[in-house]
Amino acid sequence: MSAVRQQPGDRTALPSLASVYRSRASVELKEFFRQRESVVFTLMLPVLLLVVFGAVLNFDLGSGVSFTQYFMAGIIAAGILGASLQNMAISIATERSDGTLKHLAGSPMPRSAFFVGKVVQVLAVTLAIIAVLLLIGVVFYGIDLPSGADWLTFAWVTALGAAACTLLGIAISSLAKNGRSASATVTPFALLLQFISGVFFQFSEIPTWMQTVASFFPLKWMAQGLRSVFLPDALTAAEPAGSWELGRVALVLGAWCIAGLVLCVLTFRWQDRGSD
Amino acid sequence: MTSSSAATVVSDRPKPGDPLDPDAAISIRGLVKRYGDFTAVDGLDLDIHRGEIFALLGPNGAGKTTTVEICEGYRGRDAGDVRVLGVDPAAGARAWKARLGIVLQSNGGDSQLTVRELVRAQASYYPDPRDVDEVLELVGLTEKARVRSRTLSGGQRRRLDVALGIVGRPALLFLDEPTTGFDPEARRQFWSLIRSLRDLGTTMLLTTHYLDEAEALADRVGVITSGRLAAVAVPSALGGRESAPAVVSWTEDGVRRTEATATPTALVRDLAARFDGEVPDLAVARPTLEDVYLQMIGEAGR
Repeated sequence: MSAVRQQPGDRTALPSLASVYRSRASVELKEFFRQRESVVFTLMLPVLLLVVFGAVLNFDLGSGVSFTQYFMAGIIAAGILGASLQNMAISIATERSDGTLKHLAGSPMPRSAFFVGKVVQVLAVTLAIIAVLLLIGVVFYGIDLPSGADWLTFAWVTALGAAACTLLGIAISSLAKNGRSASATVTPFALLLQFISGVFFQFSEIPTWMQTVASFFPLKWMAQGLRSVFLPDALTAAEPAGSWELGRVALVLGAWCIAGLVLCVLTFRWQDRGSD
Repeated sequence: MTSSSAATVVSDRPKPGDPLDPDAAISIRGLVKRYGDFTAVDGLDLDIHRGEIFALLGPNGAGKTTTVEICEGYRGRDAGDVRVLGVDPAAGARAWKARLGIVLQSNGGDSQLTVRELVRAQASYYPDPRDVDEVLELVGLTEKARVRSRTLSGGQRRRLDVALGIVGRPALLFLDEPTTGFDPEARRQFWSLIRSLRDLGTTMLLTTHYLDEAEALADRVGVITSGRLAAVAVPSALGGRESAPAVVSWTEDGVRRTEATATPTALVRDLAARFDGEVPDLAVARPTLEDVYLQMIGEAGR
């Protein structure tokens, strides 16, 4: 048994990044859409909330706009939060504590491929949530779809919000001991954010100090950006700032992307704490 | 039977200060790893040759897993030199990892993927993977290929772990307590799987709590106690087993008698002459691997 095997010359080239990215994307999509709990929790909960709130709180906000139209923006923002922040925090904490991440780290998989797979999963789930919510809104509640340039705003607010929340979710996953503890912390936190960020109630009716707290977190800005998409400009009068503040939406969400990325790089671990 | 090639080598462990062995699959010199005040590995020297199955034995907390995980690239070290397939694991890149197979103590969680999908995904990370269906055949999971992995039994799950470990066609396979929780039948099947991998030329570093497993599979065994290698030998020679006195026992006048002797054959011949025909309840025993192992770790603990 001499060292004839595996000379540098006859070593086959490593698989291309693109092919490993494809493989990871396929794994992540199957992992999400085949798991009943995650599909129900992340996809169906916003749909249920839309159905219930749409049926119960169908009052007029003025200018002929129903609360459901207002709620549409909020529930989409909440859906994005669930698909990105909650989904990432819980799934990655689970995969860290059950050894999946350690197993991957010991393989020649390029580490970027793990994150690419997660991003593809978040994108797919986000698009699925938005499509289902819009469909139900239009068919059952007569929601007015955005028009013209509003679609563009819709796209960038969604993309920027999902990116910020994905990065934050990955960072938060490192704080949790396992998936269950991640779920126990992140779920109430997300619910609280939804209450103070203008998802379930009109943001202008929330006490000012709560508005201030909410404006430190991305969800408030996602909901606000999406309101500019779904509501007529006449309703800017009901906004605390008197306008949609799209510039500030982009600024805050962009800042959260950078902060989230820094936190991820500083805190991400492939193994449970205590192994180094 | 399993220790044919290495049978003539009683102990060829490197001494502290020896140069690294460039031909070894794993070469370790003066390895030290501390966790706070606790020294988990305390100056370890070891060479594992290409093509051999090496079993690392030792009580929990003796430094087995730490040593193995340093070799796998999972942990850093505080002192010493390590080369795994000629590369320092602390600097091991993708091309190096592509030549390793790692079966961790506990692998994987509740995946929604089928057995074949998981093995195929794992194969996609490697430059020259084995055929997925061949691997499933080898580990005996062909019939479970389309089953979601989370529905597998414990033994089947472990075989899946091995499938994931070997699909990349590793030159070196790490097996950390691979048969914990197996029933005897499943362990026998697993052993023949490991032997067929060895026949394919795979070097293996095995940690186990089962001494019969080490004896059945390993070309050499090493015993770690308190972060040091207490002994390295072929299983039949560990702790001077070969030259240890044999214990001959028989029943005479209704009394059980035993005698330790360096020449058991002569004693049995005498007994045969003394008794007319069969010697009642005759048994000749040498210390088992377990006997010498327990003695070793007992001495170290004292």
